[in-house]
Amino acid sequence: MTNRLTARFAIRSSALLALLVLTALAACKHSAQPEAGLKAMAAGTAIVESSGGHQVGVIGTALKDPLVVQVNDDQGTAVPGALVEFRGTAGASFDPATILTDSSGQATTSVTLGTVGGRYHLSAFTPGKSKPAAVDIVETALGYQQRVGSILADKYCNRCHDPESSPERVSNYDNLAVKPHAFTDGGTLNKMSDADLTAIVQHGGPALSRSALMPPYGNTLSAADVRAVIAYIRAVADPPYETAGTVYARK
Amino acid sequence: MQFIGKILSSAWKALFGDPVRAFGVVSVALLLALAIAPAKEHFSEWHSYQRQYLALIHDRGEAVSLRRRFQPSIHQIWLPELGVTDRCTTCHLGLNEASLADVTQQPFRKHPVVPHSLDGFGCVICHGGQGAATTVAEAHHSERAGEEPLLPARFIESGCGQCHQNALSGTPQLNLGRTMLARYGCVHCHAIVRPDGSRMVATDHPPSLTHIADKTTREWIFSWLKDPQAYAASTTMPNYKLSDGDASDISAYLVDSSTTQPGDTSVTSAQPAALADPSAGPSLYGESFCSSCHAVQNAAGNLVGGDVGPELTRIGNKAKPEWLAAWLDNPRIYDATTPMPHYRFTPQQIVTLATYLESKSDSDYGSGVHLDAANTKQIAHGRKLVVELGCAACHEINGVQKPENFAPELSTLGSKPPAQIVFLPGMDHSLPGYIGAKIRQPRAFGASVKMPQFTLTPAQTDALTTALLAQTSRARSMPDNLRVAATPDTTYQPAGHAGRLMTELACFSCHRINGRGGEMAPDLTWEGSAVQRQWLTEFLHNPNTLRPSLIRRMPRFNLSDSDNKELTDYILTVYQSPSIDQELAPAASNTTEIVEHGRQLFYSKYACQSCHIADTKVDKGYIGPTLTQVGSRLTAAWVYAWLRNPQALRPGTTEPNENMSDDDARALTAFLMSLRGQTGHGATL
Repeated sequence: MTNRLTARFAIRSSALLALLVLTALAACKHSAQPEAGLKAMAAGTAIVESSGGHQVGVIGTALKDPLVVQVNDDQGTAVPGALVEFRGTAGASFDPATILTDSSGQATTSVTLGTVGGRYHLSAFTPGKSKPAAVDIVETALGYQQRVGSILADKYCNRCHDPESSPERVSNYDNLAVKPHAFTDGGTLNKMSDADLTAIVQHGGPALSRSALMPPYGNTLSAADVRAVIAYIRAVADPPYETAGTVYARK
Repeated sequence: MQFIGKILSSAWKALFGDPVRAFGVVSVALLLALAIAPAKEHFSEWHSYQRQYLALIHDRGEAVSLRRRFQPSIHQIWLPELGVTDRCTTCHLGLNEASLADVTQQPFRKHPVVPHSLDGFGCVICHGGQGAATTVAEAHHSERAGEEPLLPARFIESGCGQCHQNALSGTPQLNLGRTMLARYGCVHCHAIVRPDGSRMVATDHPPSLTHIADKTTREWIFSWLKDPQAYAASTTMPNYKLSDGDASDISAYLVDSSTTQPGDTSVTSAQPAALADPSAGPSLYGESFCSSCHAVQNAAGNLVGGDVGPELTRIGNKAKPEWLAAWLDNPRIYDATTPMPHYRFTPQQIVTLATYLESKSDSDYGSGVHLDAANTKQIAHGRKLVVELGCAACHEINGVQKPENFAPELSTLGSKPPAQIVFLPGMDHSLPGYIGAKIRQPRAFGASVKMPQFTLTPAQTDALTTALLAQTSRARSMPDNLRVAATPDTTYQPAGHAGRLMTELACFSCHRINGRGGEMAPDLTWEGSAVQRQWLTEFLHNPNTLRPSLIRRMPRFNLSDSDNKELTDYILTVYQSPSIDQELAPAASNTTEIVEHGRQLFYSKYACQSCHIADTKVDKGYIGPTLTQVGSRLTAAWVYAWLRNPQALRPGTTEPNENMSDDDARALTAFLMSLRGQTGHGATL
């Protein structure tokens, strides 16, 4: 009888021990987040965005330009060899996610957007310090409809609405007596309702008592096309376009 | 042992010793067994998602209507014609709920706006995965034999490509991939048959190598074969990773098999000594708009120019001077089907341009290459390599036949079961992962793989993968009415002397006529209805630009008067639109009042000056063509028809359809036809 009891106790305690070990292992694996190979050789006190922010990409794809941040010390001098970690939301990923700054104090990574359209708030920071320096970076991902809008905008709208010229395409912005609003001009366009934007795209500027320099596209673009262009305008608006929000029932 | 037996017998006695008790025990056991199925369902994964969904919508304002549309069961989209049995909507409950646009929590997000209804097409057609599964693990990640996990979002356009063989405006990646399959020579070796049975045809123009020795040296061929991108960064010729010996033997065979083409190496009478002006070459290169088709690397390493013809950064390293002169004189002697126009340069111009192009060379390129004369054994080995590597699948080569089906057919690559794929260690175990790896590093799959190394950006690799993933067996089995056919180029060829002229001038390299030709320049299908004779004659003599902001422009071909007349006659007679009746045009003698009314419409009501210049002193818009001389360029009938509906004459044109009334269109036509270039000094822009 006693034999059996001790045997049972032994089994039970060993099972408990195994469980404990497993839990500990799992915990270890979980806490081993930062990449083992990289170790900061220097530390900075500030981190700034050099380039690669405010890009507009397509969901699920890598952004065209790499994201570059720079780590500086108190004097504002670049710090080489500092550890930088990138973090993102909603499925945004980085290659690499942790990296040491190069000889000019810069850390470069390639950003792949998640599968949800909208704004991505990314951050880069120097881990391993009690008060890490960090910088926030904003990128925009276009879903199917917004991208159709961006393609249409490129063909029909941006020649006037985008003041930037490229060697392939000279902007007509400067030639217009009444300046059109850039699609990123959220300050103005966010205040206009979808119905107003639809009216001005379909019937031209005079539909809202604005400049006739804006021609009507209602017979050229389909209703779905116009919706797509507006979806694109909303997606790239800066400051961001806010929808009315969720309506909740009273408790 | 004895002890266990004792326990068992006492347990048996306790449970079944008494008939009434035994009955009770059996009943309880039966009840428990009956409860297994409902319990399993209750604790199933999808049930828990449905409970979460109910909790999510519970407090929302539209909860009542959301709850009314909710059904507590397994949902299924069943489309036997498409082979779709999708139960995804069992958990993805908010897909069709417009009011859930703000919900970001999966699996309840609203589906983003797409042109198709989800109920009509299901989910797996675009997203992949196992539609019939009712657990997340099985539906999303199953890799069991023959099962594909979910398709990564960046390849989603492949779903569209299963039905749509045409280029859609919303799928740039798929369109790029398909263009590249045709343009990068993929379809020379790999057959790709579309679901409607038509075969994808190559759109590139790999040069014939039958007279290669006239054009270049064996040393250049050797350097080129070793690393094509070192000569021209933008070339589509892949790298075969040849050893020095192999490259030397192939170059020996190509030079040995090359025959001489009479006229390939002409000697012109003009003397290079006449080249006193060093800027003559660059300015002739510019005036001839060579850069519309050919790119050159600038000092910053960027390519400047078009990609219709080969890059010319180091052309001096490649082309023999006497061949280059003959080529500039008439490229069709060397290559009868070249997209390069026959410019009709004067001998002096040829010398100027040839000297300038020969100066585009890099003294370091190929400087270390010294090849000894090859013996017959090496030449024979070269030929063997040419056959083995399939060079003749793209290039015409003397003594080697074009191989048929040189590489595996890719018509249904998008349905290749993962079980049939040999994955390399460390490779993503999915079809897109395999295709991408194969395009990036074909030789990593074994030393015997013949597929060469292409130089592609990650975006290009993704585009090619997308286009190949669209080649599924579902695309073949689906009903015909769902298929949207591609619009292949026609084989239109104008007849007679004018037709021969148009071939010589390679009009189709840039212009599209009756469904054949390039996209760089305007479609000329209805050009005869649009323009006036005098203008066309002058334009063909000396093309001035209509759109000042364009950098690719029409070159001057130095046509003789008789050729010019031939071409003008042909265009004006044949390229007539049936919808435009020159007789019904607004009267040519317009009163000044109508013209003045048209001017007001132009500047106030329609504000045409935002994009066009009618008067160079006041107007600045330059998106559309300059209109200062439009009255002597276009016909009134065309202007009127264009104002009424531009897209009807040129589908896809950016000029908006203003839905203009007949009166307005007539008045505007009268005003535009009065613009004959007398006003303003910019008449000859």
